[in-house]
Amino acid sequence: MSLSSRHLLGLQGVPKEDIQLILDTASTFREILERPIKRVPTLQGKTIVNLFYENSTRTRISFELAEKRLSADSVNFSVGQSSVSKGETLKDTIKNIEAMKVDIVVVRHSAAGVPNFLSRICSSNIINAGDGIHEHPTQALLDMYSIREKFGKLAGLKVCIVGDVAHSRVALSNIFGLKTIGAQVSVCSPSTMIPKFIEELGVNVIQNIDEAIQENDVLNVLRIQLERKAREYFPSIREYANYFGITQERLDKNGKDILILHPGPINRGVELSSEVADGLNQIILQQVTNGVAVRMAVLYLLGTLN
Amino acid sequence: MKILLTNCSILHPEQKLNEKNKDIFIEDGIIRQIGNLTSGTSADRIIDLKGNYVVPGFFDMHVHLREPGREDEETVTSGCNSAAFGGFTGVACMPNTEPAIDSAEVVKFIKAKAANHLVDVFPIAAATLGRKGEVLSPIAELWEAGVVGFSDDGTAIKTSSILKRALEYSQMYDLPIIEHCEDESLSGGAMNESINSTLLGLAPIPSIAEDLIVMRDIILAEYTKSKIHIAHISTKKAVKLVREAKAKGIHVTAEVTPHHFTLTDDLLKTYDTNCKMSPPLRTQADIDEIILGLRDGTIDCIACDHAPHSLEEKEAEFEYAPNGIVGLETSVGLSLSELLHKKILSLEQLLEKLSINPRKILNLSIPQFKEGEIANFTMLDIDEVWTVDISKFKSKSKNSPFDKRLLTGKAIGIVNNKKLLFGGEFIDL
Repeated sequence: MSLSSRHLLGLQGVPKEDIQLILDTASTFREILERPIKRVPTLQGKTIVNLFYENSTRTRISFELAEKRLSADSVNFSVGQSSVSKGETLKDTIKNIEAMKVDIVVVRHSAAGVPNFLSRICSSNIINAGDGIHEHPTQALLDMYSIREKFGKLAGLKVCIVGDVAHSRVALSNIFGLKTIGAQVSVCSPSTMIPKFIEELGVNVIQNIDEAIQENDVLNVLRIQLERKAREYFPSIREYANYFGITQERLDKNGKDILILHPGPINRGVELSSEVADGLNQIILQQVTNGVAVRMAVLYLLGTLN
Repeated sequence: MKILLTNCSILHPEQKLNEKNKDIFIEDGIIRQIGNLTSGTSADRIIDLKGNYVVPGFFDMHVHLREPGREDEETVTSGCNSAAFGGFTGVACMPNTEPAIDSAEVVKFIKAKAANHLVDVFPIAAATLGRKGEVLSPIAELWEAGVVGFSDDGTAIKTSSILKRALEYSQMYDLPIIEHCEDESLSGGAMNESINSTLLGLAPIPSIAEDLIVMRDIILAEYTKSKIHIAHISTKKAVKLVREAKAKGIHVTAEVTPHHFTLTDDLLKTYDTNCKMSPPLRTQADIDEIILGLRDGTIDCIACDHAPHSLEEKEAEFEYAPNGIVGLETSVGLSLSELLHKKILSLEQLLEKLSINPRKILNLSIPQFKEGEIANFTMLDIDEVWTVDISKFKSKSKNSPFDKRLLTGKAIGIVNNKKLLFGGEFIDL
């Protein structure tokens, strides 16, 4: 079995078989992560560049660890600012990196479509590690892996994405991936943070957080990105926390066992109360562990394609 | 020099001319005789037009010539060459140069650069100093220097109060205010708001950003009884607003670009920056209303918003790439392919949109087929099938989403200012 594409640019249009293959492969690697020596030689001799134009701690470390555990040679290239302000064009940067003979480029960029652009001008395999407010496919895959681990399945489950859907690459990738695999997806957020045409994707919009809790098996709670423009979309953090934040009281009131995911980093007391963030319903740290396994799977499947 | 054009189909809706098999005799750039002149003329050169159309010279009232300031992207001369090869004998150029066209000196500079070209260049001046939307430009001085309208193109005139004053002041000279209609507080995105903007993760520009300013402008044009011209109309609602305003007798006119009646935002799926423009490509529902508007006269003319950009600026992250495309060399072919051959407009209607109406909006005289008049016309082969090839563009820039597109119909030559362009070469008459 192998993937149908040589890049992972997003989950839009990725066939069900590919998603299943990635998740199944990740299970194998997940087991390796429990061994005393967490390293396999599968990508020995492959060179991977982590090209990060945007600050990232956990995604970059997760990729870096995944690469090291597959015995690949990996290099980090953190720009921390756009190519425009740096002076060199993105095309020149990538051409220079490619000239050093790399096999896979993992890219994060604040501008949507950059992985797509790179895939047109590069011969390396491109993995999208988050592009603007477009997609973050490995995050969605690790979310799906974590849900599947808990429920033993994905098809038929009801998953609600809570938070700033309009400015979230995590939301869009989750919607594509979960829909493809047969889950029912809804979104819950103040209506200013719901894309106007989202229902065309076959997604239900819920405007009340209690309803979202009652009707779903899983809540994937997004980080309210206080550092981004998101702040302009609701009156105050306090109001957001009061009306859309998940508290233990709310979970108890709705009397329901629900699984809570969060891509991190958490704004404690905003989208999740501390009690919930450390409570029994959440699997936030398992997600982080699974992230390494899922990224190993993606790197392995793309790195051994040719 | 004496030129005889034989076997012409002369078409001029204003003059009510529609004649086949005519010959036109031109001496020193002046029409001397029209008729059946098989013999008796002593022409230095005879061109057989084989029944192709000869129509009043095309005019594009919305082009960016980039000079002064960005001569790497276009100059007055290269822009005029692009216009000429596209079939236009005249253009109006927009003021978003560096410095902006907001003084008589810049107007004179551009006119001097264009002085010896076949293509007439009429500058449009900034409505406010530096297009900043704060202080009125010297409108009287600019009128005297020969500008044909005022616009802060690239943006709408910032506030209602300064637009009101610009309308009142320009009315003294009977010149229109040309508006790029976009509410800045709602724009700032990279593409039209639709399901595609969600799928692509690109910040959306809702169509209402255009509609709101069109509505504001119509209300102000009605109140001041002045002329407003809506540049590059792109939304369904805006077309309806203009239609209603015209029915009420408000002095509003509108233009549309070929890309806004041809392409939709579905094309952005590959993040091709050659499809990034302002206003952005919209949806099929918008195109449908634009087509209705072209048919019923709501939309007066076609103008291409010729916007050359350097390769390095366009070959970038989508949201950082500049807006606009090279338009002059595909405008006529797209208009003929999409409007004439799809039976949306007759050829006479198309000539109104490409030649007569833009000149009327700018108070310019319309070329006539009469003995003693300056020869200013475009020759059209409406059936020639050809493929767009950006590498052959005369424009200094090549940013076009129409590369490799098959078109039917093109301009095969033009005459103006004692010059002829035919068979790919300029000939002094």
